[in-house]
Amino acid sequence: MSEIIPIGPYHPLQEEPEFFRLHVEGEKVVKLEIELGYNHRGIEKLAETKSWDQVVFLVERICGICSTSHPAASTNAMEDLGGIEAPERAQYIRTIICELERIHSHLLWLGLAGHFIGYNTVWMWVWKYREIVCDLLDKITGNRQSYAMFKVGGVRRDILEDDIPWIRASMDKLKPVLDLFKGAVMDDPVIRARTRGVGILTNEMAKQYCVVGPTARPSGVAIDVRKDDPYFAYGMVDFDIVVLEEGDVFAKAVCRILEMYESVKIIEQCIDKMKPGIIDLKIKELPAGEGIGRAEAPRGEVYHYCLSDGSNFPARYKVRAPSYTNIASNEVACVGETVADAALVLAAVDPCYCCTERLVVVDHDNRREQVLQGNTLIQLSHERTKQIRKELGV
Amino acid sequence: MGIKLKALTKSPWVYHLSTGSCNNCDIEILDCLTPRYDLERLGIVLVGSPRHADALLVTGNMTMKCMKRAKEVYDQMPKPGVVIAVGTCALGHGVFEGSYVMPKTVDEVLPVDIYIPGCPPKPEGIIAGVAKLLEMLKQKA
Amino acid sequence: MTWNEIKADIKGAFDGKILKWHEHNDTRIYVDIEPADLVEFSRYIFEKLGSRFIIASAVDTPRGGIEILYHFDFFKLPQVFSLRVFLPKPKPEVESLASVIKGTEWIEREMAELFGITFSNHPNPVHLLLPDDWPEGNYPLRRDQ
Repeated sequence: MSEIIPIGPYHPLQEEPEFFRLHVEGEKVVKLEIELGYNHRGIEKLAETKSWDQVVFLVERICGICSTSHPAASTNAMEDLGGIEAPERAQYIRTIICELERIHSHLLWLGLAGHFIGYNTVWMWVWKYREIVCDLLDKITGNRQSYAMFKVGGVRRDILEDDIPWIRASMDKLKPVLDLFKGAVMDDPVIRARTRGVGILTNEMAKQYCVVGPTARPSGVAIDVRKDDPYFAYGMVDFDIVVLEEGDVFAKAVCRILEMYESVKIIEQCIDKMKPGIIDLKIKELPAGEGIGRAEAPRGEVYHYCLSDGSNFPARYKVRAPSYTNIASNEVACVGETVADAALVLAAVDPCYCCTERLVVVDHDNRREQVLQGNTLIQLSHERTKQIRKELGV
Repeated sequence: MGIKLKALTKSPWVYHLSTGSCNNCDIEILDCLTPRYDLERLGIVLVGSPRHADALLVTGNMTMKCMKRAKEVYDQMPKPGVVIAVGTCALGHGVFEGSYVMPKTVDEVLPVDIYIPGCPPKPEGIIAGVAKLLEMLKQKA
Repeated sequence: MTWNEIKADIKGAFDGKILKWHEHNDTRIYVDIEPADLVEFSRYIFEKLGSRFIIASAVDTPRGGIEILYHFDFFKLPQVFSLRVFLPKPKPEVESLASVIKGTEWIEREMAELFGITFSNHPNPVHLLLPDDWPEGNYPLRRDQ
């Protein structure tokens, strides 16, 4: 007989409310059930009541961590609908913002992952250096999160010439930091022992579940919208996509760290290639028709579909966030792992529930006794790390 | 109540409750705890259970599914306790105004003591808000 | 395979079954097919041509029915290939793709509860977002509700 361990909806492991049920036999997880719905805000329906310009602000607030990816996909979709191409300088600025966000998001994940395995030092250090990126975004866009930079046919704010030396200096400051984290994660025997071979998502399963981004690439699926369907300035800069074969938690961490180097490379090229010019086409209307926009968020491909009937409001707006497919893959990645490792596997896809649950919420009266189980799971994870440290004699 | 309130102002422990937010405010709250802002120097610690908490940091829109759970969390918090609403969504609904899944705002469900506006509020703003609240409580005590 | 080869392959294999082939631009292709051909068509492009399922979007159209767009892409290529099926009201029904592509399971559950589409032979036809006691016949994203 298997037992059920409930996690959530309010749980110290998670920032957002969501609910998992782990079915366990002894120490082994045999099945995972995921219950969604705590974070639905009815965004797809709300989008039909907003004008095209307002939709960009609305989708920006789907998720705070990828708050540029959704507007990016959204503007891509609307520009595809109207056959619009934004000016070159705007494309470079958009690319810079997108890549800064990728670095900030990956650092954020790395810090939280460190916290989950009981390395709070990693958390504090990573988040300390993440402030470099936050400062850059603050200076360029005026806000640390939710940048409100994108609009159909351009961007809202220019990057000032005076800021460019400072952006370059910040990038130079970031490189040794990345080296530090690369060493800290890849050479640490405890982190290796704790994450190698854990939560493997095979190449075949990755394709079946249609996962995207840094959940798919460590499983040997070479997919990246920036390369496959170049948008913004990605067609004009040189970068590599990071593909690994193992598919375990370690590979996912390494993939994210190596990707940050590529992001730094892209930002530096954009700054070099950027020429003065207009940044906004001042689009007033969009025709009737359909548009599809894609963007590579830190977690994978964001997909927006919009349908216009020629009016000022979308007739239908569909959002597919990367976590929507990635979370479902936990159903296979968790099975066969111990309970202590399951927490890590769940966190390894960098799940983002506010993205996944854009739709509808309804009240749900159940399982009062199962909520708020304290932080036992995180404690289990910490104990496991301690045990490995002892075995390794570190 | 006086002595309890006075004790509360020395080192308030906070529990972070997200009720359907976009994560922005949640990240900024975590940011407050990291080395740049370091709320722990003021004695403020983030705890994993509402039973240990003196204050609730509430973010988000208060979606229907979260309403009941949020009340439960508030009931579990030892009294006297304070409720801090963080972010535009928690103040009204911000950009989500008119959605059919959010019949109530945070302050209609929980007794909010202080509001911190912003989308998201900067960490400095959150710290300033908490400091003002502590000042207020000290005077009350 | 290049896009032109894939295009020729699809057109050759499903000659006569394609109701409309619309290219919005070079990279956005919309193809209308009959709901009865959906499983065969998807199996062909997913297994034979090695495509990737992105997502499905359901749209309640004024034409008196519900359209589903199944969006696919071909890994290295920029093209997004959208299969469109039209399901007339009041009882929209289509065969489930979950036996072919595991990744369609969630979105089919979502569309079933929000648009009231019946997916026959779905392995796990329960609610994804709405609770199990949600009233029958109340579909939030339909226009007539």
